[in-house]
Amino acid sequence: MQTSMKADLFEAPDYYHLDDLLSDEHKLVRSACREWVKREVSPVIEDFAQRAEFPEKLLGGLAEIGAFGPYIPEAYGGAGLDQISYGLIMQEIERGDSGIRSTASVQSSLVMYPIWKYGTEAQKKKYLPGLAEGKLMGCFGLTEPDHGSNPGGMTTTFRDMGDHLLLNGAKMWISNAPFADLAIVWAKNEEGRVYGLIAERGMEGFTTPETHNKWSLRASATGELIFDNVKVPKENLLPEKSGLGAPLGCLDSARYGIAWGAIGAAMDCYDTALRYARERIQFGKPIAATQLQQKKLAEMITEITKAQLLTWRLGVLRNEDRATSAQISMAKRNNVEMALRIAREARQVLGAMGITGEYSIMRHMMNLESVITYEGTHDIHLLITGADITGFGAFK
Amino acid sequence: MKILVCISHVPDTTSKINFADSDTRFDTNGVQFVINPNDEFGLTRAMWFKEKQGASVTVVNVGGPETEPTLRKALAIGADEAIRVNAQPEDGFFVASQLAKVVEDGGYDLVIAGRESIDYNGGMVPGMLASLTGANFINTCIGLEIEGSEATATREIDGGKETVKCALPLIIGGQKGLVEESDLRIPNMRGIMMARQKKLTVTEAAEAPGRTSVVKFEKPAPKGEVKLVSPDKLDELIDLLHNEAKVI
Ligand SMILES: Cc1cc2nc3c(=O)[nH]c(=O)nc-3n(C[C@H](O)[C@H](O)[C@H](O)COP(=O)(O)OP(=O)(O)OC[C@H]3O[C@@H](n4cnc5c(N)ncnc54)[C@H](O)[C@@H]3O)c2cc1C
Ligand SMILES: Cc1cc2nc3c(=O)[nH]c(=O)nc-3n(C[C@H](O)[C@H](O)[C@H](O)COP(=O)(O)OP(=O)(O)OC[C@H]3O[C@@H](n4cnc5c(N)ncnc54)[C@H](O)[C@@H]3O)c2cc1C
Repeated sequence: MQTSMKADLFEAPDYYHLDDLLSDEHKLVRSACREWVKREVSPVIEDFAQRAEFPEKLLGGLAEIGAFGPYIPEAYGGAGLDQISYGLIMQEIERGDSGIRSTASVQSSLVMYPIWKYGTEAQKKKYLPGLAEGKLMGCFGLTEPDHGSNPGGMTTTFRDMGDHLLLNGAKMWISNAPFADLAIVWAKNEEGRVYGLIAERGMEGFTTPETHNKWSLRASATGELIFDNVKVPKENLLPEKSGLGAPLGCLDSARYGIAWGAIGAAMDCYDTALRYARERIQFGKPIAATQLQQKKLAEMITEITKAQLLTWRLGVLRNEDRATSAQISMAKRNNVEMALRIAREARQVLGAMGITGEYSIMRHMMNLESVITYEGTHDIHLLITGADITGFGAFK
Repeated sequence: MKILVCISHVPDTTSKINFADSDTRFDTNGVQFVINPNDEFGLTRAMWFKEKQGASVTVVNVGGPETEPTLRKALAIGADEAIRVNAQPEDGFFVASQLAKVVEDGGYDLVIAGRESIDYNGGMVPGMLASLTGANFINTCIGLEIEGSEATATREIDGGKETVKCALPLIIGGQKGLVEESDLRIPNMRGIMMARQKKLTVTEAAEAPGRTSVVKFEKPAPKGEVKLVSPDKLDELIDLLHNEAKVI
């Protein structure tokens, strides 16, 4: 494995002194994660991404720092932190790489969250501490080959066989699937009602083939979940919530984290481009002294600042349990597109250097192509806002 | 064993330094503060004594309320409790006098301070503290072991190392080598949560007038422009060194 010797010089922009809106504890959470990313992620991530390999060796560190379930109560192994802390953790990890953030998002919001919110006390005790410690890794199976934006059409089903449940179907594009110990699988019962089930690796008929040749999230493992007459114990059903609202509740939590995460990727691209533009001399002066490059950089910091405000406010609303799904959609949609545009512009600021692995920009740019698609596509989030303000759903 | 770690709250090494009030005051605007690196090595060594030998670890700072996040970070890393002596640190003697009172009140067996702080680089506090409290003192410590009431310390000396033994209570001026950079701990989320419940006691400063006062700070002269001379033009280089820089 190659380790990059290049120092990670990242300095976070805070143009509007938004740090004043954070508590000392928030800042400590952020600086701890930033330090961890600089020490553990930055030196190795490019090499893993180039080789399209998930850096499993980072799992121990992610668990140790507390990136798995930071807002889950301490009684279940979490840290019991607030939503802004969770957001800051996601921001800092995605500043390193969206793939690593994806692993942490999935584990926290899509695996621990449903067990915590929809599971029995026995399920919480059995799984949550191991998940927080990273001894158990999980994945979340909602998307199917024929049902992406329209998960309600899912064809994965389970039948009550008396002493167990019989699960059949296939899920696709599942982050962490290739190495996960357990999967939260969304499937319909005989009446067509959606429930979450905990499928465990090793159950007969359950396989997780890996999806290869991705140009995006290359340092994240993606795969399928295939269920061929899998016998799932009845105690593995999450009983406390059913219907599509159950998986969507998890997605709210994950999308909220992504809205913060995207700022991390954007800040890294901006910071890299700004430093490069000040140092790169063409026509006898730094390219940062030209109006065209200034336009790019000035627009980047403007957009980052707006996104920071949006997420901070959303975090306050979530802490007060007042944030709506539609509000979360707006932040996810805005921030991911903002980050993707900044990545594209920043890449150009670096000229040819921008296409190499010497700099993180192109990796972020390619990663963000997944981020703008998963957890609700850019289009779908717009339709959610549209439906929310007009009262007319325009999905169908 | 009761350990006290003295923590100086200093600007991050990447901060841009400016002065205010006609160059008599350090301008803290926009500056990020961190645990003084020498103290962080000491704190990390103290955590080792806590985990391996059951020591209790208290951290102390002489400073205003703005230093509390730095103390909280030390608590999040694992220190058991913190003390802040509420006063602006005026000079080394003032700080050492305040710390002496904390040391006497707490009855510590081992006081770990840094060899020097990276802001004012006084390098005076640990020595003065030892002399005020009458404890043994070992400076520029790069290794420390404790067995019962005896300490074995390694010191850096010109061109080599020196190993010394001495009885507790002891004050050390520590530095890198006590632990390595890769041993430094990043607080984790559980630690940050637990730090919420740990005791941070604020005490008022004892009367101890400082003995020095700042007249003026100056920044180093800005670097001059760089001239690049290509390797095949050595004559030009010699000419520049001789006629322009006038160094040869
Ligand atoms: C790297 C990666 C990791 C992923 N990880 C997970 C995971 O862990 N778990 C999981 O369950 N899923 C995961 N996904 C799947 C992801 O959530 C889906 O890809 C996403 O929901 C979109 O579904 P789709 O790809 O089937 O696209 P489609 O739904 O087929 O959409 C194709 C295009 O049509 C548009 N479109 C769809 N419906 C409408 C409409 N009504 N009006 C207008 N336009 C529309 C979409 O916006 C999109 O542009 C992952 C995806 C990727 C790429
Ligand atoms: C001439 C002069 C004037 C100063 N004026 C001011 C001023 O006006 N305002 C101001 O805020 N500061 C001022 N300072 C800085 C302040 O006095 C320092 O905290 C103090 O001098 C110790 O710094 P030092 O560099 O001498 O410490 P050193 O002796 O280099 O520090 C060695 C170790 O002592 C311990 N230590 C040092 N300081 C503290 C502390 N405050 N609390 C706990 N442990 C500590 C640490 O373990 C540190 O690693 C001044 C310093 C000097 C030298």
